Amino acid sequence: MITGRVWKFGDNINTDLMIPNHVLHAPEEEQLKAVFSANRPGWVDEVQKGDILIAGHNFGMGSARAGARSLRNVGLACMVAESLNGLHLRNSVNYGFVALECEGVSTAFSEGDIAEISLEDFTIRNKTTGVTLKASPVPERLLTLMQNGGTFPLLEAEGYVSPVRPPKIGGGHK
Amino acid sequence: MGMTIVEKILARASGAAKVSPGDMVVVDVDCVVLYDGNFFSFGKAGTRDVLKIKDPDRVVVIFDHEVPAPTAQAAALQDGGRAFVKQFGIKRFHDVGRSGICHAVVADNAYALPGSVLVASDSHTCSAGAFNCAARGVAGPDIMFALATGQTWFKVGETIRYDLNGRLPRGVSMKDVFLHIAGTFGAHATQNVEFGGSGLPYLSINARRTMTTMGAELSAEFATFEADDVLIDYVKQRNQAPFEPQAPDADAKYKDRRAIDLSRIEPLVALPDAVINNSVPVGQVAGTVIQQAFIGSCANGTLDDLAAAASVVAGRQVAPGVRLIVTPATQAIYLRALKAGYVETLMEAGAVVTNATCGACFGGHMGLLGPGETCLTSSTRNFKGRMGDPSARIYMASPATVAASALAGTITHPGEFFQGDAS
Repeated sequence: MITGRVWKFGDNINTDLMIPNHVLHAPEEEQLKAVFSANRPGWVDEVQKGDILIAGHNFGMGSARAGARSLRNVGLACMVAESLNGLHLRNSVNYGFVALECEGVSTAFSEGDIAEISLEDFTIRNKTTGVTLKASPVPERLLTLMQNGGTFPLLEAEGYVSPVRPPKIGGGHK
Repeated sequence: MGMTIVEKILARASGAAKVSPGDMVVVDVDCVVLYDGNFFSFGKAGTRDVLKIKDPDRVVVIFDHEVPAPTAQAAALQDGGRAFVKQFGIKRFHDVGRSGICHAVVADNAYALPGSVLVASDSHTCSAGAFNCAARGVAGPDIMFALATGQTWFKVGETIRYDLNGRLPRGVSMKDVFLHIAGTFGAHATQNVEFGGSGLPYLSINARRTMTTMGAELSAEFATFEADDVLIDYVKQRNQAPFEPQAPDADAKYKDRRAIDLSRIEPLVALPDAVINNSVPVGQVAGTVIQQAFIGSCANGTLDDLAAAASVVAGRQVAPGVRLIVTPATQAIYLRALKAGYVETLMEAGAVVTNATCGACFGGHMGLLGPGETCLTSSTRNFKGRMGDPSARIYMASPATVAASALAGTITHPGEFFQGDAS
């Protein structure tokens, strides 16, 4: 069960709002500071680890850039939208971020409500109002990836990709 | 109940007799396309290297987003790409000078075969749907998975069928048809779009590609055209590999079936920040002052688009205070436009004709917008901040409308300038 405070976003939230151009090639820790800087400046400083994002239709429209990775990196526990762009869903699976689709979710929650989400039966409950909805079930294979760090651990275990390269001594950004 | 085009392609590729909306399928991938952006991860601290490739002959590498490299970082990473090509013996490699926007290079060479599956980690990969191909943008790690295993997964969505009937009026293009569909029907998240209809024989491969490329902007899963003789001839002239086109079953199940009368489409403009439910007739925004006019991208950098632009500006001058930037989608298209005289016509009018690259479309290089500027673009996307400063306003229209507006200095209906045939 995932329980967390809700942040509300509207319809058609695009990838470039999650990863603006000026950080497109920046390290992940720089990218996360720019999430929603154009449409909701300051949000990244307010969001807390374990919070939940709830949005309208067509969330994540746009490019292949890994907006889902940034949403994971800002500390969100998961997100639920009326509908997800297919490439955003793929990025969520690939980078280990739980993203669900649930009809009616955008009207069932107000900002600051507490959401309770079960990944066993995909119920979405508004603890503040008592309203309960049912999200579309995520195929087991995809849910497993969303919950376990995405595709890379799988590829690494099979010997298809190398482990993450360590930062060079004296170099890098840390 | 029968299957749609995409359902049939995915059934074949997954070895299933039938697939239906809601199914999750694992398919063999026929072609994996990598672009320079994929190599941002190779050989870099904090990232990973690919160690194994299933079949190098199913891989194509095309440098496009940042060519020639505008930064030392881009240059270093393209070097990583060249090392990758060498290490794994990739034969189909398009380096700077033999390249172009990857989806357009795929089209130039018919790497996307009818009835096949193609992936790349760029959202406009759906462009190859014009080739009766199940093509879509996937995530970066999906590409590594497809390289390593030869497979990927898809969630099968419901399909919306568009029948394109009749013929486009002079000066109206597929970009306008796209703006009509996006403006009227909005987003298609989780759904496929399929195109056919009695107007198909009159639509060039370039025109079809404009539509399928813009399928990404509809948030469609797959955007696929029926295969006809125009397509089959085009492919056979460019690729000798065998292929098997897929036609929809007569009793295919569609979520909705929508007829578009092409003869009634008029030039449209998408207002800034989105194309979803955001299109208006040119007249509604006519007179809006612009500082930049851009013609290019995987959607609208085709030879047809350059011909339309050249036809509009021939013998005229770009208005003072306006930059007209034209980016042919591939080196091959550039060369053909040069030989046809389009490049000369455009340059004489005052346009800058750049090398083939994703360039200005994604705000990468060669034509970014400053604070408060207004651009009319015929590229793929008009998101806030897409082409430069977030305060810039990006309107979207067809190449003909963009060219006419560059002459006038304000958003202008192409009718009074257009001198060519419909495409």
